[in-house]
Amino acid sequence: MEHLYEMLKQVDGYIYPNEIELHWGILIVLYPYITGLVAGAFILASLERVFKIKVLRPTYHLALLTALSFLIVAILPLVTHLGHPFRAYEIMTTPQVGSAMAIFGFVYLWYLMVVLLLEIWFDYRHDLVVWADQSKGFKRRIYKILTLGVTDISPKALAWDEKLGYIVTVIGIPSAFLLHGYVGFIFGSIKANPWWSTVLMPVIFLLSAMVSGIALVMFLYMIISWIRKVKIDMACLDEIGKFLFMVLILDFTLESLDQVHRIYEAEESFEILHMLVNGKLNITLFVFQGLMGTIIPLVILGLFRMYLPKEKIRIPMYFLVSNLVLFGVFFMRWNVVIGGQLFSKSFLGFTSFKLGMIGAEGFLMALVWMIMPFLILSFILWLVPPWKKHSE
Amino acid sequence: MGTERINDTRRNFLRKSAMLAGTLLATSVTKPFTAVIFAANQPDKTKPWYGIGIDIEKCIGCGNCAKACKLENDVPKEPFYFRSWVEQYAIKNDGTVKVESPNGGIDGFTQTVAAEDIFKTFFVPKMCNHCAKSPCTQVCPVGATYESPEGIALVDDKYCIGCRYCIQACPYGCRYLHPVKNTVDKCTLCYHRIKKGLSPACVEVCPTGARIYGDLNDKEGLLNKFLKEHHCHVLKPNLNTGSKLFYNGLSAEVR
Repeated sequence: MEHLYEMLKQVDGYIYPNEIELHWGILIVLYPYITGLVAGAFILASLERVFKIKVLRPTYHLALLTALSFLIVAILPLVTHLGHPFRAYEIMTTPQVGSAMAIFGFVYLWYLMVVLLLEIWFDYRHDLVVWADQSKGFKRRIYKILTLGVTDISPKALAWDEKLGYIVTVIGIPSAFLLHGYVGFIFGSIKANPWWSTVLMPVIFLLSAMVSGIALVMFLYMIISWIRKVKIDMACLDEIGKFLFMVLILDFTLESLDQVHRIYEAEESFEILHMLVNGKLNITLFVFQGLMGTIIPLVILGLFRMYLPKEKIRIPMYFLVSNLVLFGVFFMRWNVVIGGQLFSKSFLGFTSFKLGMIGAEGFLMALVWMIMPFLILSFILWLVPPWKKHSE
Repeated sequence: MGTERINDTRRNFLRKSAMLAGTLLATSVTKPFTAVIFAANQPDKTKPWYGIGIDIEKCIGCGNCAKACKLENDVPKEPFYFRSWVEQYAIKNDGTVKVESPNGGIDGFTQTVAAEDIFKTFFVPKMCNHCAKSPCTQVCPVGATYESPEGIALVDDKYCIGCRYCIQACPYGCRYLHPVKNTVDKCTLCYHRIKKGLSPACVEVCPTGARIYGDLNDKEGLLNKFLKEHHCHVLKPNLNTGSKLFYNGLSAEVR
C-alpha cells in the first residue's frame, strides 16, 4: 500500500478519495490492443478470401495464424487482472446480460471456435492429411489428431472444404467487426467518464484495430521473409501499404472528428480534458499516437501513392511504417485506458500513474504477454508452415 | 356441411396455436435484449424504497459520519478507502474553487484558504447515491452488484470477480476495491442496521441532524417531509442516474 501513499503526494487538485488508485493498468491497455491486432489481421486475410484481392495471397495464411496466436493470448491479461481470477468462469455461467462486459466470453469463444479455428482447419485439412502421411513420430501424431479423423481428400471433399471455409470467412468478417467494435463499446458506454463516453468509440476502436492488424501482418511478413531468406513479394507489400493508408486515413479522420466535436461542444468536462490532453497525455497523445503513429506513416504511405521509389527504399520504409503504426496504436489504447482514469470524476484534479517494473501489473509482465503471441505464432508456423502447403 | 365447419375450426385453432407459439418463442428470444433498456425500469410503489436527504446548511464538517462509517462497516483505515466522506468547498473571490477532504474529513478540517480570499465555504458529505438507475449495477458482468428490493445498491463479495468495471461506471467515486478481499466494496446504507429498524451509522451519529434517510414511497414519512420543505438537488442530474441522495442547499460548484 506504500505506493498509494506515494501517489497521494502526487495528486494534483482535488480527486474523490477513492480515486487515487488507477484500477485498470497496463494489462487492460493490452487487452484492446491485442484484440485489435486479431480483428485487423483477420480482416486483412478476408480481403484475399472474400474480396478476391489475389495479390494478397502470400499473407493470407500468415494473417490467419497471426490472428489465432494473438487471440489465444488476448484473454489472459484480462483474467490475471481480476481480483479473483478463479471466479472468471462466472461471466460464462451467470452473465448479467445488461452488462457490456458480460458478453465478452461469448464473443471471444464464438470468434475463436466458430470463426478462426474452423476457417484454419478447413484451410489446412488437406495438408494435415498429407503431412500426417509424410511425417514420422511425434509430428505425425499431432497432424493425425489435428485432422480430427477426417482424412478424405477426394476432390469432392476438398471442394467442400473450400466452400465451407469460404462461408466461415464470410461469417468471420462481421464477427471480427463485432469483436472489436464491442471492445470499444465497453469503454464508450460509460457515461460517468467523458473521455470514454462517445458513440464513436466502437468505430474508432475498430478502425485502429484494422490499422494495427494490417501493420502487424506487414511487419511479420517482412521479418519472416527475411528469416526464410526469400524474396518479398513487392506487389503484395504495396497492396498492404495501400490498404493501411486507406484505413489510416479513415481512422485519423474519425479520431479527429471525435476531438473536434468534443472541443466545439465544450461540455462540462471540457476544462479538465483540455488540461489532461495538454498535460499528462501530452507526449503519449501528440507525439507517440499523433505524430509517430499517424502523421509520419500517413505522409510516407501517401507519398508512395504518388511516387513509388525503388524496392531498396520501400522495404525499410514499410518496415518503419509498420513499427510506427504498431507503436502508435498501442499508445492510442494507452491514452484511452490510462488517460480516462487520470482525471477525477469531480473534474477538479488528477491522480497519477506509475508503471512498476515487477508484479502482475508491471512492465515485465506486460512484456511477457506481448511476447507470448509471437512465440505461439512461431510454434504454429513451425507446425503448419503456410509455405509448405500442398495447395500453394 | 357439419364436418367442414369442424375442420375449419380445427384449422383455425391450429393456426392460432402456431401464431401464439411463434409469438411466445419470438418474445422469449428477444427478452434478454430488454436488459439493454436499463433506465426504463420502474420501482415498485408498494414496498419501501429508500432514499437519503442531506442538509448542507446543517453540516458542520465534524467528520463523525465518515468515522462512524469506517468503524461500523470495517472499512480499511487507510485514506484511500471510503464508503462515506466529507468535502470542504471554498469558493474564492476570484471564482476558483478549492476542495479538500483530508482523510475523508475523519480528523476534521482546517481552512487553507485565507479568510479574505473566501467568497463562501461549506461542507458536502458524500456517500453512495443509491441510484434508481444505477450505472454501477448496470455494468457488472456477473450480477455480483445489484439493487436490493428496497432500492439499495449492494455488492455480493462472495461473487464479485474484481473486474472493477463498476468502479469505472460510478460517476460519484463511491466504490473502491477492498485491499484484503480483492472485491469491490461500497456503502450499503448500513443494510444490516436498517433491516433491524435502526438508522445507518452516519445518520445516527450526526450531531446536527444534517442527515436523514427514509422510505420514498411513504408520502407521510420524514424523507418526503424533508423534500417538501426544502429545494433539493441531486449530484450530476445530467447523467440521469436516478440518484436518491437529495441535498438541500447544494451549490452549483459541487460535483
